[in-house]
Amino acid sequence: MLVTRPLNKILVLLLPLLLSGCAADWGWYVVNPTTKTGMTNLRFLLSGLYYTVSLSLIAILISVFVGLLVALPGLSQKPYLRRINRVYVELVRAIPILVLILWVYYGLPQVTGLSIGVFWAGVIALALSDSAFQAEIFRAGIQSIDKGQYEASHSISLSYTDMMRFVILPQAIKRILPALGNQLVYMLKMSSLVSVIGMQELTRKANELVVSEYRPLEIYTILVLEYLVLILIVSAGVRWLERRMKTDER
Amino acid sequence: MPTASPLIKLDAVSKHFGEFQALKQVSLEVKRGEKVVICGPSGSGKSTLIRCVNRLEAHESGTIVIDGIKLDENPQNMRKIRSKVGMVFQQFNLFPHLTVLENLMLGPVRARKLSADKARETALTYLGRVRIPEQADKYPRQLSGGQQQRVAIARSLCMEPEILLFDEPTSALDPEMINEVLDVMVELADSGMTMICVTHEMGFAKKVADKMIFMDHGEIVEEATPKKFFAAPESQRCQDFLEKILQH
Repeated sequence: MLVTRPLNKILVLLLPLLLSGCAADWGWYVVNPTTKTGMTNLRFLLSGLYYTVSLSLIAILISVFVGLLVALPGLSQKPYLRRINRVYVELVRAIPILVLILWVYYGLPQVTGLSIGVFWAGVIALALSDSAFQAEIFRAGIQSIDKGQYEASHSISLSYTDMMRFVILPQAIKRILPALGNQLVYMLKMSSLVSVIGMQELTRKANELVVSEYRPLEIYTILVLEYLVLILIVSAGVRWLERRMKTDER
Repeated sequence: MPTASPLIKLDAVSKHFGEFQALKQVSLEVKRGEKVVICGPSGSGKSTLIRCVNRLEAHESGTIVIDGIKLDENPQNMRKIRSKVGMVFQQFNLFPHLTVLENLMLGPVRARKLSADKARETALTYLGRVRIPEQADKYPRQLSGGQQQRVAIARSLCMEPEILLFDEPTSALDPEMINEVLDVMVELADSGMTMICVTHEMGFAKKVADKMIFMDHGEIVEEATPKKFFAAPESQRCQDFLEKILQH
């Protein structure tokens, strides 16, 4: 079941493409693995996978961490701490990711005097942008925990850090897992934007191949499939994690 | 058993929730080893009163001194007091993602800095005392309400508190489970624990209370020994209330 279901989805999605193939002038030879150039092209396209995956994973890890750090003051009793949270979330959320990527890559080095590589510029931009959403997800998740859990933690004299670490966050994370999975999918897709600053990830590779082979239809179709497979794997992983965390309690 | 120096001393404690005044200048002394039972209609401030004792609610004016430590904004004082004062809640408030044993060990390991082995030993001892040693590895949701509340009592005991607060501990339980929890509370009372219980279980009150308190509209209306309290309460409001809850 686990293997066949995503496969079915791919087939269903492929169907319109294949049908439209009757009308369009398809030239699959560019990526035909049985020919030498086809294989080389295919390898070239897939070689972007490493950067797409590593960029997204590092960015999501950072954004989860920053998001949590930003969420906590948002839950404080003190108004000025909550204000810090609001300003951060509203400000960062308002910047389009593409604009943030350009700003971090071209602007930040001028401000700081440090030169940032394409990869880290991409990581910073994606992580920053996503952290505002993560902060909101964490805040909602933590707020959904019953106040009795806080009171019980206080009554056994737990410190704030211990209460968060052992009581509140484990329960909150379980609840926000689907939302975190969503963000990871979103991140994988948004990583394609980093191609504009020359990052050699999936989209950039496809663009470059299109320029040399003049077969946008086939190459971009492959690109669609690459993202599709990646994201189906992520979804399956998140569902597996959800099931595992649920069985913990039974 | 009760000695002379008050372990808990509340002096003119007041508390508002918005416009509503939950506590009006409440003063109360509890000696070491004393058992106090508080009753009163809902909204009378009885829960708020005991929640002020371990600062789950912050009082606005008046003073609360526990074992010589003044309860105020100072977080160190607050933690010191919370480590002396255990609390049992109406809704149990067990940690649902932890096993019974983990629920019991968390406070001792993190707050009392016991070793895991020592904490486990303590936990198993108290699980035995609340008579459910066999449930150690289950999750709270697998237990009945009565068992969950007994785990909650054991969790408080694992902190080796000097005072235990009970906030309507049997109100959320099915009738057939009330006694198993009350039995544990009676045993605790017999062991010399200082207890403040908000409850309407008058049979329990008659059995263990050294002092009965009736609250209404944020004030202590009646404070008496159980004998006097049940036989001849001074205030009309207390008489009416007792009539209502002892009718059947």
